[in-house]
Parts: sequence; structure tokens; C-alpha cells
Amino acid sequence: MQNVLQEIGVDNYIYLSTILFCIGIFGVLFRRNAIVMFMSIEIMLNAVNLLLVVFSTYHQDAAGQVFVFFSMAVAAAEVAVGLAILVGIYRNIHSIDIDKLKNLKG
Amino acid sequence: MYTLIAIVALGVLCLIVEIFNGRKAIVPITIVGLLAILGLTATGFNDSADTFNNMIVFDNFATTFSCLFIVLTIFLVALSPNFHEKQITKISDFISIKLFLLSGGVAMVAFGNLSMFFLGIEILSIALYVLAASDRLSIKSNEAGMKYFLMGAFASGFILFGIALIYGATGSFDMATIQEAGSSADVEDWFYIGAILLSIGMLFKVAAAPFHFWAPDVYEGSPALTTALMSTLTKVIAMAAFFKLVGAMNVNLPYSSQTAIIVISILSMTIGNIMALKQTNVKRMLAFSGISHAGFMLMTLLAVTTSAGVLLYYASAYALSGIAAFAVILYVTKDKDNEDIFNFNGLGKTSPVLAGVLTCSLLSMAGIPIFSGFFAKVFLFGQMLNAGHIVLVIVAVVNSIISVGYYFKLILAMYTKEATEEARPVPFVFHAVAVSAIALNIAIGLYPSFLLDLLN
Repeated sequence: MQNVLQEIGVDNYIYLSTILFCIGIFGVLFRRNAIVMFMSIEIMLNAVNLLLVVFSTYHQDAAGQVFVFFSMAVAAAEVAVGLAILVGIYRNIHSIDIDKLKNLKG
Repeated sequence: MYTLIAIVALGVLCLIVEIFNGRKAIVPITIVGLLAILGLTATGFNDSADTFNNMIVFDNFATTFSCLFIVLTIFLVALSPNFHEKQITKISDFISIKLFLLSGGVAMVAFGNLSMFFLGIEILSIALYVLAASDRLSIKSNEAGMKYFLMGAFASGFILFGIALIYGATGSFDMATIQEAGSSADVEDWFYIGAILLSIGMLFKVAAAPFHFWAPDVYEGSPALTTALMSTLTKVIAMAAFFKLVGAMNVNLPYSSQTAIIVISILSMTIGNIMALKQTNVKRMLAFSGISHAGFMLMTLLAVTTSAGVLLYYASAYALSGIAAFAVILYVTKDKDNEDIFNFNGLGKTSPVLAGVLTCSLLSMAGIPIFSGFFAKVFLFGQMLNAGHIVLVIVAVVNSIISVGYYFKLILAMYTKEATEEARPVPFVFHAVAVSAIALNIAIGLYPSFLLDLLN
């Protein structure tokens, strides 16, 4: 792993995960379908996971990879709650379009 | 250390008691258990211990803030059975989720390692998403839950990215190592980018000005008890964790980040207060008031080394008056489909005690003397003047005066308008919680040095 990292360079990995993270951000900000927004959040979190693993190899330190396990477990729990909320919304308004949720304003 | 284990064990115990048909015992057991944990935590004061390879560090900061969180949770748990009367079969879920949320909060102030911090903030947030959307037949609650979930997960992404970059720059998640690396001159640039991203994520969580837009909607839509929890407990937890992070990240804040904090603080105070003036929904008004209070609390970040005591004092004063206010709001808006100010008309005649408590707590939030909110502001402004931020203090004083305007709108409605409905009997628990919260508030107002000296 160390060799691969040296050949490609840690900078390129940082650029890659930053780009993935930004794609996730734009997905959350511009898509209006709740499922696609969830997927975009997953892209953000996975970009970070990639970054953590890269740094873990870069520093020759296992803590980063252990952290990835935590963040995967947390992401799974988070999306489970999010989907449960989404099911509740679908039962009430029969749609998962975020733009239809406009009761709270002021 | 044992605080965290005990809180989680109590949460699991709640779920088990439900299995054995002890539903009526759940709330008393929880309150007694939390009081015991409060005692246990308080005895750990002044002997700081780090356990599990520095994962959890219970220093005085963590101990005192944990005690504050536990006290607030006791009040919120006491209000639960009456609020969830119609869903009483699910009371064990509501209580245990609150306890798990508290455990996340304690982890957030007692972390010695960024992974512990991340787990704490996620336990807290996930519990809150569930609570915000817990009234699942109400479309408003659904919407609030969804908005909070999207914003919260978005902010978590930023926090996680910040943590990854800090790890990349320092090679460790340990706070002591990070503090050492952060104060040395030859740290990689990633460190600062990571610290900024982490701060942005935390500003989302405390609902400070450029990142506050979710707060009013979520506060209005959530069930009222969850709003009470978010505006008191969660706000204080997020603020304390942010304070601890900033303290560990860089002891000597560079000039530019000081400017950023001043700007964010002024924006939060002003936007929160100006927007609150035109609100008619009480929950929404208190959401904006919470944004402005977040602005006040952010001021403590300008003197991180000396102002831990002031932050504790301000947080206690704000959260206790918030609990007292929400106890009254919960009583008034029970079985109503909105929380508009006219619901409070004539409360001064129909229920003088509760009206008095609400008046006291609003005066405390506005910063009128003898209530602790006033002394909190005095100490905060004194601290800031010592640090030489005169403009900030002037803006803050002007903002305190503006805030009197909307607090008095509610007070006037209670005392000058005629009641629209018959007086309802007030359940004992509302009186008990409201009066004891405001009594605590006045007590720390009369003896401010008790709290202030704990952390100095």
C-alpha cells in the first residue's frame, strides 16, 4: 500500500476525495428527490472515509482505519433513521419530493 | 467515566422495565437514577481521570457540564409523561432515547479523542432526529424531522471531513497530540482547513447566524417537548463541545479567526433578535431568541483560556430559564394545534403562578436584574471588555435592549388581555418543574460565585 501511495502521491488522493465531497454537497443542495439527497450525503461520508484510509496509510497508523469503521456504522444508523422519517412523510403526503414540504415558514 | 456507563445502563434499564410491565415505574426510576448519577458525577469533581487510552477525560470542565446536562434532563424527563399522555404505551422509548441523547452529550464534553467526539455528536444527533419526527402522524413534525435530518447529516459530513484533515496533518486523533501539533509552527495547511470545516459543522449544530436557517422551522414543527430539549439541552451541549474543541485546537487564536468569531457572534445576535420581533408563534420566537443567545455564548470563544466559568454560568442561566418557560408553554399549548401568542392571553388571571414563572424566565433571558440572565451578561461583557472587544460589547448591549421588545410582547399578552377560555387545572408536575427551574435560576443569580469559581 505504501508503494502505491508514494507513486500516486497523497495530494492526488486529497484532491479526489475533495472532489467527491463537493459532488456530494452539490447533490444535497440541488437535487429535490429525498432518496437522491440521501445518496449525496453518503457520497460525502464515503469521500471522507477514503481520505481517512489514505491518511492512515500515509502515517502508517491504524487509528484512521478504525475510525472508518465507526463512521460507516454511524452512517448506516443515520440513513436508517432518515429512511424511517421518509416513510412517515410518504404515508402522509404520498410523495418524497422535498419541495412539497412547505408548511413551516415565517 | 462511570457517568457515561451509568447513563447508558439506565437507558437500557428503561427498555427492560417496559418488558416486565412496569410502565408506571419508568419515570420515577429514571429520575431517581439520574439523581444518583448526578451525585456520582459531582463526587468526581477535582480528581480528573483519563480512561481507555485517553478516550475519555473527565476533567473539571467535563464534570461540571455533565452535571448541568443531567439536571436539565431530569426536568425534561419529569415533563414527559404528561406530554406523551396519548402515546403512553411508548413512554419507555421516549425516555430511553432522551437518556441515550444525554450519554452522547456527556461524551461530547468528556472526549479526549476526536473519534469519541464524533461518536458523541452522532449519538446526540440521531436521537434528536428521531425525537423531532416522533409525532409521525403530524405532517409538521415529519417536515421538521426531515429538515433537521438533512441539515444535521450535512453538518456531520463537514465535521467528519474536518476531522479527517486534522488527522492527516497531525497523524493522531488524540486531543493532547493535536493540541501540541496545532501550536507548533510547522503544521501542514490541512490542519487549518480541517479546523475551519470542523467549526462550520459545529456552528450548524449550535445554530449560529449564517448557519441558523434550519432552526426556526425545526423548532416550530417538532413536538413542543422536543423543542424544549433542543433549545436548552442540545444548544448547551453543542456550545460546550465547541468551546472545548476551540480550546484544544489552538490556544492562541490567530487574529483572523478572532475577527470571524466577532462577526458571527454579532450576526447571530442581531439576526436572531430582529427576526424574533415579528414572530407570532412562541416556539418560533424562542428559536430566534436561542439563535441570539448562541451569539452571546460564542463571545466566550474570544477568551478561551479564561472564560470557561462564564460559559458554564451563561449556559446554566439560559437553559434553566428555558426549561421554566417551556414548562409553561407545554401547559398552555397542550391539545392545541398551534402555539400562537394569543393562546397566552389572560394567563395572569387563570393561572397566576405559571404566568409569574414565565414572566421571570423571560426577564431572565432578556437580562433584567436579580435573575441570573442579567449576571451572566454582566460577567460575559466584563470578560470581553478585559479582552478589549469594546465594539462587540456595545452591539451586545444594544441587542439585549432589542430583545426586551419581544419578550414583553408575551408578558403583556398574559397580563393585559382577556382570557379566551376557561382555566384548566394545572397538573402538579408543571408547577413543580417550572417553579424549581426558576428557583434554581434565581439561586445562581444570588450566589453567582458558586458556579463561576468551579472552573477558574
